[in-house]
Amino acid sequence: MHHIRRSTRLLASAAVASLVLVTSACGSSDDPTKSAEQEKLGDGEALTITTFGEFGYDALIKEWNAAHPDIPVKQTKVGKWDVWKADLQTKMQANKGLPDVVAIEGDFIPALVAAPERWVDLSSDEVDGRWLDFKEKAARTEDGALLGYATDAGPEAICYRADLFEKAGLPTDRAEVAALLGTWDDFFATGEKFKKAVPDANWYDASGSVAQAMLNQVEFPFEKADNTVDVSSPELRAVFDTVADHIDLGSKAAQWSADWTASFKKGGVATVACPGWMRANIKSNQGDPAPKGVQWDIADVFPGGGGNWGGSYLAVPKSSTHQEEAQEFAAWLTAPEQQAKVFAVTGNFPSQVEALADPDVIGGTDPYFNDAPAGEIFSNRAAAITVQPYHGPLYSDILQKFQDAINRVDQGTDADKSWETFLSDVAALQ
Amino acid sequence: MTQQVPGSPAGEVTATSPAGGPPPPTDGPDRPVPHGSDAAHRRLLRRQRRSRWDLKLSPYLYVSPFFVLFALVGLFPLLYTGFLAVHDWNRAYYVRGEYVGLDNFTWVLHDPVFRKSLVNTFSIFLMSSVPQVLLAVSIAGLLDNRLRGRTFWRMSVLLPFVVAPAAAVLIFGSLFADQSGVVNGFLRELGFDGIRWHVDRWWSHLAIAGMVNWRWTGYNALIFLAAMQAVPRDLYEAAALDGAGRVRQFLSVTLPMIRPTMVFVIVTSTIGGLQVFTEPRLFDDTPSREGGADHQFMTTTLYVYVKGIEDQFYGRASAAAWILFLIIVAIAVLNFALTRLLTRRSAS
Repeated sequence: MHHIRRSTRLLASAAVASLVLVTSACGSSDDPTKSAEQEKLGDGEALTITTFGEFGYDALIKEWNAAHPDIPVKQTKVGKWDVWKADLQTKMQANKGLPDVVAIEGDFIPALVAAPERWVDLSSDEVDGRWLDFKEKAARTEDGALLGYATDAGPEAICYRADLFEKAGLPTDRAEVAALLGTWDDFFATGEKFKKAVPDANWYDASGSVAQAMLNQVEFPFEKADNTVDVSSPELRAVFDTVADHIDLGSKAAQWSADWTASFKKGGVATVACPGWMRANIKSNQGDPAPKGVQWDIADVFPGGGGNWGGSYLAVPKSSTHQEEAQEFAAWLTAPEQQAKVFAVTGNFPSQVEALADPDVIGGTDPYFNDAPAGEIFSNRAAAITVQPYHGPLYSDILQKFQDAINRVDQGTDADKSWETFLSDVAALQ
Repeated sequence: MTQQVPGSPAGEVTATSPAGGPPPPTDGPDRPVPHGSDAAHRRLLRRQRRSRWDLKLSPYLYVSPFFVLFALVGLFPLLYTGFLAVHDWNRAYYVRGEYVGLDNFTWVLHDPVFRKSLVNTFSIFLMSSVPQVLLAVSIAGLLDNRLRGRTFWRMSVLLPFVVAPAAAVLIFGSLFADQSGVVNGFLRELGFDGIRWHVDRWWSHLAIAGMVNWRWTGYNALIFLAAMQAVPRDLYEAAALDGAGRVRQFLSVTLPMIRPTMVFVIVTSTIGGLQVFTEPRLFDDTPSREGGADHQFMTTTLYVYVKGIEDQFYGRASAAAWILFLIIVAIAVLNFALTRLLTRRSAS
């Protein structure tokens, strides 16, 4: 009896030991910084790309596939960036299942630059000087590697509902509206006036979107130039306090939530901080064609000057087994001619210098927005950008906590208390 | 499969054992050569040995599939989590970092959000498991009577259990919506103020506990019912002769007789109640889905998920998972000790 018990115990500990061995072996395999072995695309195989939201690539990929039968491309579309980000991180961690070309939201590109060895250096003579300076700089490492090709840029204008402005006794003409909203003080003061006249409607869509717009004019929002986190700047606190003081002007719903989408139809939204790509969201939230009486328009103005919100990148992970083809395809997609076509379809504003001079882009109008000269307006807004905020590797994560903090105030938490929670949330990210 | 299990080895054992057993008692009459044939003897010995091994090993082999699976999907993740918990995590590259000892545990235990999640977990657990067990026993007691359409009633209590949790949360989400919810509409109709189900901490716990209870009460009721059906009917007759009413019979006969089942249900619902995840995750209507903007209904399992998958701190998430595991083990042991104490006292 005794012997048996001892041998079982021995067996058990041997089993545990071997498990631990397997465990540690699993943990250290697959070096993610090593490039995958390159293969030729086989029969029935295709290059893969995953995008989120609406990149407007459907027609372009068809065009590519017709011209390159040997390098067919298959696109996967994910609804929201947040969803794709979570999925992307899981795949990064497993170092398996990543597509050959990955679409990256602009706010997340610093995280790539912080881990350059996982991504293919895409720099080449062909794409030299293709993009607006600040777009290209954001994707470059200190050693000069280029980790992403910029797709679009997000110069912000103000999209507004002319019919609600009229109801509130405000001017409705583009130029007059632009003259009305030159500074953030003007913007909030006009909002108070509007809210008195039309209490059912919201002056802006979400506290979070105004906060983000204001944040895009702060030079060092969350991190200093050496990537150390610093959320104690008075500018940041000023953005938070200003937005917290005016929550009654917004819908109090978090941006991108179901309530936020619904608020466009229910009650209505008078103004939206509006990068080019936002127009697609407004259209789908409001309904296209617009309900009777609803008239959207775009004013060539942004409170406090200019601001860039978002704009994405295409990157190629080292786990791709077709890096050369992937790079060729990404270079083609982000070429000025292609992005000019995207602008015509979805309104995503190009980030390519040449595309900005394209007469089709400059002359583009948007029928949904009262035939506003969208190309001209967004070009002007791009030229008005004076501050390019510094985004470190934690920008995207801290931004989420900042949005949570604004959201708590929307839900009735005291602003100071919510700020305290924000500080401890940020501390927990380090 | 299962029928073969007892059949084949037993057959072999009985076939060989009369011939075997050292030393052989007598030479069988049908043994062709009594002595000298080494080959036959060796064959016999081999068969004997094989059958002895068979007797000893087979049972373990038959139960091994479960344990192999358990080692793969239970023990291995458990140990690997422990392994990760004492290591740093490189967030930029998504790989394991250096050995850091108990730093992650210290960090998690000092994190106010983790402590908040523990309070939330226990609050939701108490609001769900306690009423759940009480309600399930009462429902089982009612179903134990001679009812018309018994199967119908019994099946309908199980119905919520069949509904996928995600679907259940959709239903409850629209019931408990702060602005347009049915419950708040009803409250306003009665002249009360609406309750902010997603915002106020304890109300949100109640809403989540409601979902958990809705799903699990019927399931537990059926387990109790099965136990009640096994109670010998003559005990009730005897009790009735002694003049005990229905309530008294339930308290003095039924409850003591189903105590083992009671222990089982309490332990399983405790474990389940401390691991609530889907409900708070999907009940949330903020974009980050981390148990409300103020983590007011973030449970500890949700904390583990958020720390590991979303914030990319695998070490901290693993440490939190191990702390939760230890808490659950401690509570299970406490449960076990308490019930043993109670049964012994009532037996004496």
